[in-house]
Amino acid sequence: MYNFEFEKPSTIADAVSALGGEDAQALGGGQTLIPTLKQRLAAPSTLVSLGGIPDMQGVCIEDDGSVAIGGATTHATVASEAASNYPALAALAGQIGDPAVRNRGTIGGSLANNDPAACYPAGALASGATIITNTRQIAADDFFEGMFTTALDEGEIITSVNFPVPQAASYQKFLQPASRFALVGVYLARFADGVRVAVTGASEDGVFRWSEAEEALNKEFRQDALTGLNINPANMIGDLHGSKEYRAHLVSVMTKRAIEACM
Amino acid sequence: MPKDSGIGASSKRREDVRFLTGAGNYTDDINVHGQAYVHFLRSDIAHGRIKSIDTSAAEGMPGVVKVFTGKDFEGVGGMPCGWEVTDKHGAPMQEPPHPILAQGKVRHVGDPIAAVVADSLEQARDAAEVIDLDIEELPAVMNMKAAAQDGSTLVHDDLKNNICYDWQLGETDDAKVDEVFANAAHVTTLDLVNNRLVANPMEPRVAVGEYKRGTDEYTLFTTSQNPHVIRLLMCAFVLGLPEHKVCVVAPDVGGGFGTKIFHYAEEAFCTFAAKACNRPVKWTSSRSEAFMSDAHGRDHVSKIELALDADNNFIGLRTNTYANLGAYLSTFSSSVPTWLHGTLMAGNYKTPVIQVNVKAMFTNTVPVDAYRGAGRPEATYQLERVVDKAARELGVDPIALRRQNFVTQFPYDTPVALTYDTGDYNGTMDKLEAAADLAGFAARRAQSEANGKLRGLGVNCYIEACGIAPSNIVGMLGARAGLYDAATVRVNATGSISVMVGAHSHGQGHETAFPQVVADMIGIDESMVEIVHGDTSKIPFGMGTYGSRSLAVCGSAMVKATEKVIEKAKRIAAHLLEASEADIELKDGQFSVAGTDKSVAWGDVTLTAYVPHNYPLEVEPGLEETAFYDPANFTFPAGAYACEVEVDPETGQVTIEAFTAADDFGNIVNPMIVDGQVHGGIGQGIGQALLENCAYDENGQLLSASFMDYAMPRADDVPFYGVDHSSQTPCTHNPLGVKGCGEAGAIGSPPAVVNAVLDALNSGGKAVDHIDMPVSPSRVWAAMNS
Amino acid sequence: MTKVSMTVNGKTVSGDVEGRTLLSGFLRDHLNLTGTHVGCDTAQCGACVVHVNGEAVKSCNMLALEADGADVGTIEGQANADGSLNVIQQAFQDHHGLQCGFCTPGMVMSAAALLKENPRPTEAEVRKYLEGNLCRCTGYHNIVKAIMAASGQDVSSIAAE
Repeated sequence: MYNFEFEKPSTIADAVSALGGEDAQALGGGQTLIPTLKQRLAAPSTLVSLGGIPDMQGVCIEDDGSVAIGGATTHATVASEAASNYPALAALAGQIGDPAVRNRGTIGGSLANNDPAACYPAGALASGATIITNTRQIAADDFFEGMFTTALDEGEIITSVNFPVPQAASYQKFLQPASRFALVGVYLARFADGVRVAVTGASEDGVFRWSEAEEALNKEFRQDALTGLNINPANMIGDLHGSKEYRAHLVSVMTKRAIEACM
Repeated sequence: MPKDSGIGASSKRREDVRFLTGAGNYTDDINVHGQAYVHFLRSDIAHGRIKSIDTSAAEGMPGVVKVFTGKDFEGVGGMPCGWEVTDKHGAPMQEPPHPILAQGKVRHVGDPIAAVVADSLEQARDAAEVIDLDIEELPAVMNMKAAAQDGSTLVHDDLKNNICYDWQLGETDDAKVDEVFANAAHVTTLDLVNNRLVANPMEPRVAVGEYKRGTDEYTLFTTSQNPHVIRLLMCAFVLGLPEHKVCVVAPDVGGGFGTKIFHYAEEAFCTFAAKACNRPVKWTSSRSEAFMSDAHGRDHVSKIELALDADNNFIGLRTNTYANLGAYLSTFSSSVPTWLHGTLMAGNYKTPVIQVNVKAMFTNTVPVDAYRGAGRPEATYQLERVVDKAARELGVDPIALRRQNFVTQFPYDTPVALTYDTGDYNGTMDKLEAAADLAGFAARRAQSEANGKLRGLGVNCYIEACGIAPSNIVGMLGARAGLYDAATVRVNATGSISVMVGAHSHGQGHETAFPQVVADMIGIDESMVEIVHGDTSKIPFGMGTYGSRSLAVCGSAMVKATEKVIEKAKRIAAHLLEASEADIELKDGQFSVAGTDKSVAWGDVTLTAYVPHNYPLEVEPGLEETAFYDPANFTFPAGAYACEVEVDPETGQVTIEAFTAADDFGNIVNPMIVDGQVHGGIGQGIGQALLENCAYDENGQLLSASFMDYAMPRADDVPFYGVDHSSQTPCTHNPLGVKGCGEAGAIGSPPAVVNAVLDALNSGGKAVDHIDMPVSPSRVWAAMNS
Repeated sequence: MTKVSMTVNGKTVSGDVEGRTLLSGFLRDHLNLTGTHVGCDTAQCGACVVHVNGEAVKSCNMLALEADGADVGTIEGQANADGSLNVIQQAFQDHHGLQCGFCTPGMVMSAAALLKENPRPTEAEVRKYLEGNLCRCTGYHNIVKAIMAASGQDVSSIAAE
């Protein structure tokens, strides 16, 4: 690792201020960033830990029933504290990494990184979540801009994420056998006004909504609604863990399983 | 009735206490006062010509002690290969130099180009970043078959081609082999790949070199399975140092699996640099570095053909294998595809005509060498896959086909140079059928099918040659070392015993199992015996631990030395008891005179040996004996394994539902440890079969370069295993009758898994006759849909 | 250099560290607590698992400064007060749950965290929880068995003693 200064502010304002420094970078749980630093693939002058800001911690239920999660809330906390109000999201959080990683990794860090095989982007996109930063609110549909790319500006911090709670939802994750990220992950959320299907792990462009599946399910929410629908393998990721065709196939299978789980 | 101590008892491991409390002493836990750290600048391309290396900027960086390049090692020997293979025309293998730091060319991603020694590791890394390299990239030689063609780019410009050797074993008359196949009632042919693996012991490699100017002495602390071998190779072939001035210490070592047998450039570098820098020099491999610098395993591409007569007797076997050696010859690499592989192609079967052909190839990849099983898994996998395929083609029961062709008379001379001393393959198969409840498989399959899953059963046999090895035989075959081992039994005055052994324990539990033997022989408590290993300044010259040899070879030396101790102690006892030596008996730690009630305790005799006041004058004082043991033959553990899998027909996901091993290891000293060895081997075998794949792209870039892409088996990838080792035909030629158990699981399990997957697919109406390992969901799905 | 203070195995400790100093490095190099091992650089292997404020974390994937003020537990602090092995450690020895010992500290620390939140885990729950701890020696059989035994369950029916 290159050396860096370390700051751990206790307010969002102080964090924003610290991140204004040249080459300063935010540190969530560090579960992706620290391995990246070890490879010397990043050289921040200052790492600004977001782990000491009480306002960015925890899960709470808003008056409208939505679930608001502080940006620095760990996956383990979401897995336990969101379980009663939004069990599918809690289940997703409980499938990220491993127990020790879940005790450090945060929702804000995951969303800001937007790894194409991460779980949270699928949950946020399918839930129609709102990503709340120190300056604005960004709809999930506008937030994810492709592999490792988001709508966040330099120095902008995800302070919390607001998840509307669907009538039913399910996250179906097929493991990449080595990293245990998603080879393909499908998050299906069924709201009163429609179904949203988000797919992670599969596409060269990162998380995406499978709109054809959504249309079919909006017509009729049944197990065989996907019959005849196929994902075009051309835009899928093909690597040593699975071909493009295999990933495209898995998107269908995982979506079917998510439908079944929501029946 | 299980014993509670001595040979046959599941004594709890004494070494566990330190490991469980964080008190182990691994090489990276060792820090020598004043040490500097080395960082190796490694090639990020697979093949290139070094035009210039400018280290001047690096030398001026903060904390830098010295920067080394290949030039600093001109005139210094390269890393040696310990086994000269003779090709089928009688010519020696092509043996290119393997410099400590690259000279002239880089030949694989990870090939070390320069080394920066600095006050801190981060400073060394900083400085390495400003080394100015001019390297002309050359085409990467990756495909073994293409590399064998005339006109291929050469990995080594000074060699005539990329073929290290073209080797053959068994029937040399091609016409005779052709005739057997021409006359066969049925021929089964299979093309397959034995996937390249990375051993990945959980402890990455570490080396700390130290030099004492006052005495001109070196110490190398290193993560090694065989410290004396390292010292010999490094002193005699690489650095030209006198062995008596060099001490090699391998303290607690966190797993080896073969990959810590070899003498590595980093070890020689740290030893060399300690003197050149006049400071201790430490290197700790990161896992990422391990992926591109630890010797890899397997990587064979084979075609195997099995000829059967009209009664389904095996009448001929022919294999053609391309074996990847990587860019350089690692220490024992040349022996793996040949004498550790071709010799095992008979398997458990009495096939009369066998021809094994192996072309060993240089490619622009990390060197390949022994990994748990080393050649024997490659042989077993080919043979047990082709037998399974033959059974399917012929519509016969795969177990019955195997039984029909088993060797049943011992000793048995195979057509591929081995003599099996003993075994009972039918008896072991009987044990397997019972332990795995094969009779209940149909019901389990029905249950799986009711749940929408395909269930398959895979069975296979294996035999391995262990207890490596008779020095006279391996010498004839090209080994440049003897493969005996040694033990010194030092009895202390108060009767406790230190046993200095050449074997090295890095998980095998020698510190517990070896004392069980000595204590049993004398009749004293195990706690009175302590094992000393891993330090060339303390132990006799031994060859270390690999090839499932520790107990069979070093243990035999220990038995011989203990016998000498007992013999001498009896002479002392006879003197004390005023009896004839011939009448002295030793039982439960008491020397007694046969037929009388006169006796003297072990401790009184040992005290007398060191306080020889009342003593036989013709006997030397003291009680310490050393024995070297060179085995008369290999040992031949054998077994039969069964795997049951479920396949998800929608995703191709394979889950291991049951795995049962029936092994014949001969006699067993500590059943608990033996079971553990089998468990671990099966875990690695399942890893090879389902998960692990060291993959390169066509440019020689390593795709699986970390645990993010190299799939290691995890706890939820495997089930509880059933292990049965009640089939026991003791080895006929070593004193304990033991055969070795360390590699069996890794040798025997991959074909069982793959056979099971294919059985599942075929039961579901998918006529798939082969899938290469790892049998990943993606590959299963593709096979089902092709 | 920045001063960092924490409680490690019940003792208050402090040291001057760089921003980039990892918790594993602080434990090993500054405190000489070398029982915590480093087996990878991608947060996969779990040999470095320690407890921070009672939770299992990968100490090679956490900055030492992030643990400032924290209560840290390592393998060196796991034995009973009289030095004897604790229930989990003893179960690992009794059931041969370790071979080379390198992954063992992380396994024991993960097992302790598991049994704290789930005192009687099923086999599947143990295997799932160990997702972040690699062992290359045991094939996991005896590790799973040891953890179930440590939870007070009868493991005598599990194949192979």
